[in-house]
This record gives sequence, C-alpha cells and structure tokens, in this order.
Amino acid sequence: MGIIRALDVVYEYLKRDDDGNVTGSIRAVDGVSLDVAPGDFIAILGHNGSGKSTLAKHMNAILTPTEGCVWVDGKDTRSEEEVWDIRRSAGMVFQNPDNQIIGQVVEEDVGFGPENMGVPTKEIWERVEESLKAVGIYELRKASPNKLSGGQKQRVSIAGVLAMHPKCIVLDEPTAMLDPNGRKEVIRAVRALNDVEGITIILITHYMEEIVHADKVFVMDHGEIAMQGTPREIFSQVEKLKELRLDVPQVTLLAYELQQRGVALPDGILTIEELVEEIGRLKECQS
Amino acid sequence: MSILVDHVTYLYETGTPLEHKALDEVCLEIKDGQFVGIIGHTGSGKSTLMQHLNGLLKAHSGHIYLDGEDIDAPGYPKKKLRSQVGLVFQYPEHQLFEVDVFTDVCFGPKNLGLPKEEVEERVRKALLQVGIPEEYWKQSPFEISGGQKRRVAIAGVLAMQPGVLILDEPTAGLDPKGRREILDQIKKLQTQTGMTVLLVSHSMEDVAEYVDRIVVMNRGKILLDGAPKEVFCHVEELEGVGLAAPQMTYVMRALRKRGFDVDEDAITVEEAAAGILRALS
Repeated sequence: MGIIRALDVVYEYLKRDDDGNVTGSIRAVDGVSLDVAPGDFIAILGHNGSGKSTLAKHMNAILTPTEGCVWVDGKDTRSEEEVWDIRRSAGMVFQNPDNQIIGQVVEEDVGFGPENMGVPTKEIWERVEESLKAVGIYELRKASPNKLSGGQKQRVSIAGVLAMHPKCIVLDEPTAMLDPNGRKEVIRAVRALNDVEGITIILITHYMEEIVHADKVFVMDHGEIAMQGTPREIFSQVEKLKELRLDVPQVTLLAYELQQRGVALPDGILTIEELVEEIGRLKECQS
Repeated sequence: MSILVDHVTYLYETGTPLEHKALDEVCLEIKDGQFVGIIGHTGSGKSTLMQHLNGLLKAHSGHIYLDGEDIDAPGYPKKKLRSQVGLVFQYPEHQLFEVDVFTDVCFGPKNLGLPKEEVEERVRKALLQVGIPEEYWKQSPFEISGGQKRRVAIAGVLAMQPGVLILDEPTAGLDPKGRREILDQIKKLQTQTGMTVLLVSHSMEDVAEYVDRIVVMNRGKILLDGAPKEVFCHVEELEGVGLAAPQMTYVMRALRKRGFDVDEDAITVEEAAAGILRALS
C-alpha cells in the first residue's frame, strides 16, 4: 500500500442560509481514488474550483471524506486518535508564507513543530540545522522571517515541516505569490528533498513548467480525476488541457505549434534541450 | 493620463538603524494610454512606487505629476487623485464585502457622491468591461469563482473611471485560462478606452505578450526601461537581479548556440514558431 491512498473519496461542502440551516451541498471532490508510492513526486493540476485543494486537505486530515476513505501511511484519517501521527507523516505547506510563520527568528520558527512533538531539546536543534541546510537557508537561521524574500520565507515554511520528519509533504501552490527567483528556489528545494531525502512530494500548482520532472501528474476537473499519467503523456494533450482551463509549458506549446505547421516533431516535448535536440536532428536530415 | 515621476526618493523606517531607501531618485515618464509592465523581484520597490502614484505614500523628496500637475502641491484634490488613479491590490477579492456583485461595484462611485442613475450606469459598464454578464449581478460575491471574484473587484475600480489603472499582480493564484482571460480583458480595455495601464507582474511570459513597454526595478532604482524585446535581450542582467527572460528567449538562444540562424529577440511562442520555421525552410 502506498504512503497516501484514497478510495472513492467524496467531499461535500454544505451550503447554509443566514440561520444556519442546510440549503444544499456542493461536491468538491467526487469519487477520487489514487495511490501514491513512497518516494514519488506527484503533481496535481486543475483549474480554480476543480477540487484539488480540497483533495490535498484530505492528505493530512484537515478534512475527512464525506464518503470513501483516505489512508496516510496506512492510517485511516477518520480515526481521531491517529490524527497527530498522520500530520507528522504528511506535512503541509500553503500558498502564503506570511500565514505560516510564527517565530521571531528563523530557527525558532523551524523548531516549533518538533518542540510541540516533545522532541528533546538537543535533537530539536539538530533537526532545525539539518532542515535549514536541506532547503539551503542555514545561513539565515538567525534572521527575522519578516526580513526575508518570498522564496526564502516559503523555504522556512518547508523547513518547519521538514523538522517534523515527515514521510510526505503536500504543497498547495507554494509558488503562487513568488517572483521568478523565489519560484526557482522553492522548486529546487522541493526536488532536492524528493531526490536526496526520498520524501514523497505532492505538489499542487498552476505553473506547468514546475512539474515537468514529476513522476506522475493528476489533473482534476469537477472534483474528479480527469487525466493521469507522466508529464509527457499529459502535456501531449494540448487541446484537452486547454478545455480544462489549463496550459502546457511554453516550450511544449511551441513544439505543438510547429507540429501544426508541418514540422515533424514528436509529441510531448517538455524541455528546451529536447526541443533543440529534435530541431537539430531535423536540420541534419534536411541537409 | 500621463505620469511624470521626478527624482522620487522614499525611505522606510526613517530614524532607525534599519533605515533604507525603497526608492532612490526614481525618474519615469509614462505617456497617456501606454500599457506598461513593471517587473522586479520582491522588495525591489515596485509596489512602493505604485503607491506613490495615487498618494498612498508621499515621497520624501522629488515630485509626481499627473497630467502635468504636482500631486503634492497644496490644494491638489486628493480625493480626485484617488478616483483618477485606480489601484488594484494583490488578491483584491479579499476586499469584496457587499450582499451582491452589483452593490459591491457601486460602493466606489456611490462614495464619489454621484447621482444614483449615473452610479448604476457606470457599474453596468464596468461589469461588462470585465466580462461579468448580467446573470451574476444579483449573486453574492462570495459564491462566484475565484477568477470572477477578481474581475468583480477590478470592476469596482473601473467604475471610478480612472485615467490610470494600476494592477498589482492581477493574475496571482489563477489557473492558466483565468490568467489569460483577465489579461485579455485588460488589454481590450486599454485599447478601447485609451486608459494608461500599469501592470506589476512576476510572469515574464505575461508581460512579454501583453505590454508595450517594460520597466525593470532593482533596489529602488530603474534598471532597464524599453520595449519588451529590448529589455529581454539583457538576459544576464535580468537573471542577476532575480528575474528571468521568457522561456522563448532561452529557446532561441539555445538554437543559436546550436548553429541555427534564428533571431534571438523572439519573446512569444508565435514569434519563436515563425523564427524556427524560417530557419528550417
């Protein structure tokens, strides 16, 4: 069984009138099943309102399913006794770094999680040090979080989760508010955690370029999984993605446009190197 | 409306050891009706500069002229300034509060003291300009989608009929289609009404596609200023200040390195496709 497993998950938001009476419901997640293997880098795409954030909140028991079941590291998220273990196994990072940082000093903020878990002081400091090093901001450990850039703050948030030694980290649009450099820093840190530490990553994003290296991509629409596959399989379907209000990386779009105009390129080109390679090959065939 | 920023300096945390210049002798002239992209990393001073343009912040030295008038001169009507320079903050949908979409957009023009008929006329126009059709007008602003909320919030500023529209990252957090819809609408507005539009953005691809001119800020100064093609030629300089060029610029550079005779200044997918087709033919 995978580190995160969802079986026929349904989640309904209840609509209430001014007096609190239930007037209806919206199915934000509608029959989702998925199985995430330990060490995988998973990406979840979907337009605003497609249900991806609601699904993500099931992965560390912030929400529990209306119907169906979610297991995190083998534990049922509906079991109240196990909620703390579940949250320790699967940490979460949100969009706005300013809402997630509470410490006055970077290292104190990162130590907050393990401290609450009752980790001995000496070990807290070891964890803080290794977490800050893992995301590349150890030199900022004495800084005040509000003096940092967006990308640095977001890495403080990630280090805070990391210090709790999770098996899995769920990141819900961690780069939406960042400048290009900040985006790069965060994605690089996340990939390193996956590659080097073997932590399972679930990344939700609207930036298609960020997920070309994912092991698997899920595309959500109307609370359901509309597409799933490798980035190459997903990004080969330019028209389908556009119907789902999504996009492909610009370089994939360029290859697609060239194909449409009769250039013999393979489907699903994901990186600049691949495109240049393929065009180079075409030129050689011509001459 | 034209804007002239003349040697503006602004300091944060004055009188403390943390004092620093958020704006350092900035000079900038923007002609009436231009669509200008403002880029720069977090903390480069772009938002500080934007907040000067409608008087939310006051320069420690230097002057700002709107249509030739000094906005800090005694007697300059501040209230008029705020309606003339519309500022759409990040995540403007957090500022929605009324019972329905229509009433929410009414709030601004109603506070200008306009007669009811004119308020409603302006609101109808603004909502249609941002592409919110009539069937949504009586809905609660909290029950529409994220992209729609954002557009309603922008309509709230448009209903003031400003001469300058400033948008601080209007597409943050929206899905790709929502991003395009908003930018298409802003572009359309700018061409139709001749409004001056300033777009603060972190997306190089977006500014490459939509604006006439790019101003790059770094450490409170203007680093580069020019047409998108000119600005994005300076790839190393942009990277040096935490920015980047659009992905297409990198594609074209890689192709050139590989010995293809393609223009390096393609910045949109369309331009890059045309350039590559030429090189292959």
